[in-house]
Amino acid sequence: MRKHALKAAAILGIILLPALLNEPFYQHILITAGINVILAVSLGIIVGYLGELSLGHGAFYGIGAYASALLCLKLNLPFAFSFFIATFFTGFMGYLIGIPALRLSGHYFAIATLGFQGIVILLIINLVDLTRGPMGLSGIPSPGEFKLFGATISFQDKIPYFYLTLVVVLVVLFLTSNLIRFRHGQAFVATREDPMLASSIGVDPRKYRMLAFAISTAIAGSAGSLYAHYALFISPDSFHLPESIYLATMVIIGGRGTIAGPVIGALMLTLLPEVLRFTGNLQFVLYGLMLMIVVIFMPQGIVGIFSKSRKTEDKTPELIDAAAKHGTP
Amino acid sequence: MELLKVSNLTKSFGGVVANSDVSLDIHEHEIVSIIGPNGAGKTTLFNLITGVDKPDSGNIQFAGEDITSFPAPKIASLGLVRTFQQTKIFRDLTVVEAVMTGRHLHDRTTLLAALLSSPLARQEKRKSYEKAVDIIEFLGMQARQDAITQNLPYGEQKLLNIAIALAAEPKLLLLDEPAAGTNPIEAKRLMETIKKIKETGVTVGLVEHNMRLVMNISEKVFVLNYGELIAEGKPEEILKNAEVVEVYLGRRKRA
Repeated sequence: MRKHALKAAAILGIILLPALLNEPFYQHILITAGINVILAVSLGIIVGYLGELSLGHGAFYGIGAYASALLCLKLNLPFAFSFFIATFFTGFMGYLIGIPALRLSGHYFAIATLGFQGIVILLIINLVDLTRGPMGLSGIPSPGEFKLFGATISFQDKIPYFYLTLVVVLVVLFLTSNLIRFRHGQAFVATREDPMLASSIGVDPRKYRMLAFAISTAIAGSAGSLYAHYALFISPDSFHLPESIYLATMVIIGGRGTIAGPVIGALMLTLLPEVLRFTGNLQFVLYGLMLMIVVIFMPQGIVGIFSKSRKTEDKTPELIDAAAKHGTP
Repeated sequence: MELLKVSNLTKSFGGVVANSDVSLDIHEHEIVSIIGPNGAGKTTLFNLITGVDKPDSGNIQFAGEDITSFPAPKIASLGLVRTFQQTKIFRDLTVVEAVMTGRHLHDRTTLLAALLSSPLARQEKRKSYEKAVDIIEFLGMQARQDAITQNLPYGEQKLLNIAIALAAEPKLLLLDEPAAGTNPIEAKRLMETIKKIKETGVTVGLVEHNMRLVMNISEKVFVLNYGELIAEGKPEEILKNAEVVEVYLGRRKRA
């Protein structure tokens, strides 16, 4: 009960946020934070539940952004359609990349995604006819406007766009936390923990790794679409390797293997530089320092402080174990 | 009726012949053991049967179906489940979570039902939880239900590996050295457990070095040596078989 009350209070607080922060700059930060939360949570499926590090998540974010923008610009599709098509298209691309990449694991998988990241950026830069290359795509239409109680609400304004982002964030959180909770999430964890044991009880590791990767990249695509129709201008710079590393950092700092971890990581990495802005030149030094502190002192990520570390929960069996070992030849 | 029929299996790794023309049958409701010195090819045989490795030649039939070329998860879905010599247990989960994971094949939750947290998904999860608790109780591990699996004592990790396999509701359960490294008390408990598993209608195949355990519970014993099947029969026949005694149990004079 208390948990639900807390949740409700948090959501209410977030809903009222734009009213409290009435400067457009703050609202911009909130929208960016929302998009980062979506990206981090989606990457968290791969990093936390498949146990693989992807360094190509920024590329999928970019694929979603470009797909959505181009659908609007070239085919005049309304945002609602381009958003969903871009989401599915990115997931499909994830599926295709997953076919070779998910045959690998560990460092090799990370390097494969790194290669993919590079290829996507090169394609965006070089398919000038379609993407306008390094100049970027401009004139992307905003999701438009609608009338509510006689007032016209336009998504070109920051507050409505914040709420749009918030809806997507909540839907993504709802879907991913359910995904993790039931049969499929158990199968993801099984393949992460021990692929051989997983297949011995009928979990096809390949199938579930593909599924998790496709869902994760699809969600990254939806974040890309949200970003494109918010910024109204996209260029390859927003989706290159540093973006992928930034997203991976969010997940690892926040805490792998949970949903809350990536959310906290995304919020922290988006908000911290702004909070530290008053320190002037020291901003990035302090930022880097704080990240190092988290990595050194919180190996489980920030969520690790809140949940009692599972591994140290009960010590007694280890003692029994030691005793048992003495008893055997 | 024979549940598993292995015919003329051969497998070599480089120049080492791990299994050479091995044929054996396991009948329903039996406890069958495969014994042999280290390196005799017992684990390789299990790996071939369960699809972890593919044989160079030969044929494996399970419940009347040719499973020789099937991938491991598909073989599991037919009801042939195994445990591992190097105990495998999903290290970061709690005991009950690990056993619930073993319910994968019997959980009917669809992707859509899961994403929406539908009543089907919740109901299936509750069912898997109840089944997992039953299995944990069956193996006498209630006290450990919420412990992290890697913190369990070694003997209980071995039991947990069996619990995960049982959750998949096998027709044939293959146990790869379940008693290895266990102390005499744990080994005795294991023996009782295997008998109990058989009573629930599961056929059990066993690779084991613990002779007391093997001779006590097996209805049939196969002996492998250098990849070849050198004897098969009832435990008391195996104990009297001169060749087996020579290669495996040691010569009488030396003992």
